[in-house]
Amino acid sequence: MCGIVGLHLREPSLEPRLGELLTAMLGQVVERGPDSAGVAVYGDPRLSPPGRAVVSLLGVTPEEVSTALPGAGVVAADATTVVHAELPVDELLATIATALPYATVIGSGEGFAVLKGTGNPVQLAESFGLAGVTGYQGVGHTRMATESAVTPEGAHPFSVGPGQCLVHNGSFANHATIRRELRAQGVRFDSENDSEVGARFIAHHLDRGADLEKALRLLCERFDGFYTLLVSTTDSFAVVRDAIACKPALVAETDAWVAMASEYRALDVLPGIENARIFEPEPEEVYVWRR
Amino acid sequence: MAALTEAEVVDLAASSVRDLNQALHAPQPAVSWGVLNPRGAHSVACGLKDEVTVDIAGHVGYYCAGMNQHATVTVHGNAGVGVAENMMSGTVRVRGDASQSAGATAHGGLLVIEGNAAARCGISMKGVDIVVGGNVGHMSAFMGQAGRLVVCGDAGDALGDSLYEARIYVKGTVKSLGADCVEKEMRDEHLTELAELLKAAEFDEDPADFRRYGSARQLYHFKVDNSTAY
Repeated sequence: MCGIVGLHLREPSLEPRLGELLTAMLGQVVERGPDSAGVAVYGDPRLSPPGRAVVSLLGVTPEEVSTALPGAGVVAADATTVVHAELPVDELLATIATALPYATVIGSGEGFAVLKGTGNPVQLAESFGLAGVTGYQGVGHTRMATESAVTPEGAHPFSVGPGQCLVHNGSFANHATIRRELRAQGVRFDSENDSEVGARFIAHHLDRGADLEKALRLLCERFDGFYTLLVSTTDSFAVVRDAIACKPALVAETDAWVAMASEYRALDVLPGIENARIFEPEPEEVYVWRR
Repeated sequence: MAALTEAEVVDLAASSVRDLNQALHAPQPAVSWGVLNPRGAHSVACGLKDEVTVDIAGHVGYYCAGMNQHATVTVHGNAGVGVAENMMSGTVRVRGDASQSAGATAHGGLLVIEGNAAARCGISMKGVDIVVGGNVGHMSAFMGQAGRLVVCGDAGDALGDSLYEARIYVKGTVKSLGADCVEKEMRDEHLTELAELLKAAEFDEDPADFRRYGSARQLYHFKVDNSTAY
């Protein structure tokens, strides 16, 4: 199963409510993925102060980070520790790789943070302080593990490029083959998770100059299996489904926001839903909304 | 929607779906029901077995009116996955759109979707009549065994794939036909049954505008010529 929710705000006056709305949406898809959860939020000044590089980490405690990186901002969020500093993103990543080589980076960029953990998604949202988060875009996922273990690392979103984020409902059939091909081209992997392969594939093609739409079309050509994907970057919000389209997806759109969720009940919590245009994304059609 | 003043009204903002369904399953339930604030809840008005009328004011989630017998259920909104799945008899009407697998495996009754139905509408249908006002998605009537599927709009890819004996009528375009599904001659008896189905669904389309599709019956038996493929 797995549950997906995502909210891309067009109306700035809703930005103070991003976390509150995302929490309510996530609460409606708990049964779809009760073992772990994660969120990505864009534009929250506490998690990602403007002008500072932000790196989200697993496998370290906030104390370890504070000791290893004196002067850096540290925010604890369940299993995740978010670090921010007034450095270029690459420099902060390099500093972390040297000082905390055992830490797993689960997200990096500016104005963007990824939070993950295991356990009930409603309790995790509380532990993340999600309801108080503000910003212009957010993505959430509740996971029912199939392809790899229930760990914070295995939770979604998978964020492998600056400000990029992928959440997946389904399972890729040929992920081992594609992982091998990408490794041969020098791409590094953190896990054996199938969804990470999708995220690395997209990041690889974005890195080579493809835009998000093109990268997702290439993914449709290369990947077998079942997938409904919600992919975001600092300025884009995109949805794509496989040809069979058995994994559910609904999009709702108003002048104030675009939202995507696995089930309607997660959209019903949004203000103005009664006047939204609601539709199911067509199979193998790439939908992209930009800021 | 029907006047709720004479109906038993259940507000799902205050009651659970389980309470609603248990009340509907009670011996000799009230004949007319209104359901408020469904808000995408799953399994609303499932397993009904009496001649009751249920009007649902809003969008429902998965399996609404599943296993229906005798009841008339109207969704004044959209329906999620598997609306009226395994229906035996009665009428289910969706005023908006329906998600995938609408009417899956249903044995009887009438399912009307006034908007569009998504993929696999009527998958493995076993006798139900389904009338869709808009379009149907890919692989509709997949492995359909009996019953009729009427599409007033367009059909997606692989319509009627691996069809047994269900009959399909489409007014608009068919993106592609599935394995063993072919277009067939529209004879008088087909125009007559289509007119009856459109009337029952309360659509005013002209039966003469439709084309008929059905099984070529080439997949019924294993062909010995293909034995080397295994």
